Amino acid sequence: MNETPDDLKYSKSHEWVRVNDDGTVTIGVTDHAQAQLGDLVYVEVPDEGRELEAEEACAVVESVKAASDVYAPLAGTVAAANEALADTPEAVNNDAYGDGWLIRLKPADAAAVNALMSAAEYQAFVESE
Amino acid sequence: MPFVPHTEQDVRDMLGVIGVPDIETLFDEIPAALRCGELNGVPEALSEQQVSRLMSRRAAADGEPLCFIGAGAYEHHIPAAVWQIVTRGEFYSAYTPYQAEASQGTLQLIYEFQSMMTALTAMDVSNASLYDGASALSEALLMAVRSNRKSSSRRVLMPVNVHPAYRKTAHAIVTNQDIDLVEVAYDPLGGHTALDSLKAHAGEDITALVIQQPNFFGVLEEVDELTDWAHANGALVIAVVNPVATALLKPPGRWGTEGADIVVGEGQPLGVPLSSGGPYFGFMCARQQHVRQMPGRIVGRTVDRDGRTGYTLTLQAREQHIRRSKATSNICTNQGLLVTAATIHMALLGGEGLRRVALACHANTRALVEKLGNDYIRPRFNRPYFHEAVMSSALALPRLLRPLYAHNLQPGYELAGDYPELADCLLVCATETKTEDDLNLYRDHLARVIEKQTSAGCPVQPKMA
Repeated sequence: MNETPDDLKYSKSHEWVRVNDDGTVTIGVTDHAQAQLGDLVYVEVPDEGRELEAEEACAVVESVKAASDVYAPLAGTVAAANEALADTPEAVNNDAYGDGWLIRLKPADAAAVNALMSAAEYQAFVESE
Repeated sequence: MPFVPHTEQDVRDMLGVIGVPDIETLFDEIPAALRCGELNGVPEALSEQQVSRLMSRRAAADGEPLCFIGAGAYEHHIPAAVWQIVTRGEFYSAYTPYQAEASQGTLQLIYEFQSMMTALTAMDVSNASLYDGASALSEALLMAVRSNRKSSSRRVLMPVNVHPAYRKTAHAIVTNQDIDLVEVAYDPLGGHTALDSLKAHAGEDITALVIQQPNFFGVLEEVDELTDWAHANGALVIAVVNPVATALLKPPGRWGTEGADIVVGEGQPLGVPLSSGGPYFGFMCARQQHVRQMPGRIVGRTVDRDGRTGYTLTLQAREQHIRRSKATSNICTNQGLLVTAATIHMALLGGEGLRRVALACHANTRALVEKLGNDYIRPRFNRPYFHEAVMSSALALPRLLRPLYAHNLQPGYELAGDYPELADCLLVCATETKTEDDLNLYRDHLARVIEKQTSAGCPVQPKMA
């Protein structure tokens, strides 16, 4: 069973969201998603300052078998992107909820995060897929 | 890879297995209104003997003229061994295999091709080829827009002295993708892209600059200063080069301080016969930092689990069979057979041989320009050229050239159609295939026609004497 930390929120397109103390949110792909993708060889993250719509394709994770889009779970402005992944894409495989984070977003609407799934709901969603 | 057609029995057996009465039924979900109906224009099958007669007759109709036309496709000597080897059963197929079907031999050959192209262009990576030079340029434009993340304008500077067919193809492919092709005029005296003509765009958000070397007029561009200008203005440089010329000129990887970013071109001069315009192949090379945006397939060398060398398609994750609508390209393939010919051609000539071909082409064209020049005909531009030059005529060109066609001589490419301002201008080319006698024949025919058209009783006076 893949890891699904309780303190995070989740989207149906397999992103996780962590609400930070400063009001920003950190976004990455779930442990389940990285396991499905296989070994990542390249990660492309958006530029800082880019405005994202909810569900907009904003990053690309490329494994040996496929390149997949990562979608913004909520609208906002990119406050930071994990540029280190350009050299260490494997961090997404090894530490999906830590060093493998993709972007930090300043949400357009902080309440939007409440519409996302809880860990339990996400687990149920993955099992139903 | 042999191609074995299905027999009627094979077809019936396969339909039986899937439980479908006939092939038509497989297509019944396509609404009748969307189907184009019967192929009524296809004639009845002919026997081999009849086909041979038909094709011989059509080949004879070509007349095998003495050809001084270049304009993007060039007549070069192709060593007999090239196509002798290409037509071996191991290579000879019009079909380009997918990964699972590709033999190690095919993959290794493409790997060698890529290695040769990177050596020729001084670039980091090469793909396995594209359809032709024109579509390769379009792919390069799309690639530049994806790759240049500092630019959001999707504006590309496209000099008018880039091949007209390439520009038309680019318009057809990229304008519906919101890419703006901004024309840059050529210098009226030199035929080149003057740095001053770019300066009007300084400070604008420009995604890329296209530089053709030599340009469509055969004229050599000041590639170093153009490249440095583009980079200083945040634009990528897309080089369009002739591979034979590249053997002699500074390779695009070393243009300016940083070199070109993407290099494309028509591969036909490398062992592919003119054959009425195709099939040819395009090539594309790039700097390492752009490799993930490069369309098409790339063959890599690796080792198997026993440590033996093996070849495989690599960086496949963005190809169309995996990424569908988000692939780097949905209209590309590689041209396996033509690339096979090019690889063998380059291997036989070697770098030095290719360089000598380029030198001979240049020398022949210079000799031709000198021989053709007279009171009525002279070079249109004053800049150095490679193996083509624009000649300007004081006499109406169509009337002047008609008798030469009748002598089974193709005197050059008339520019009026693509460049109305260059009416009565002719683009001539003399590759290494032309002998001194050929050049003299052209000169003598032309001199005779001019004499006839300007002698007493004829009102035309020289304009440029």
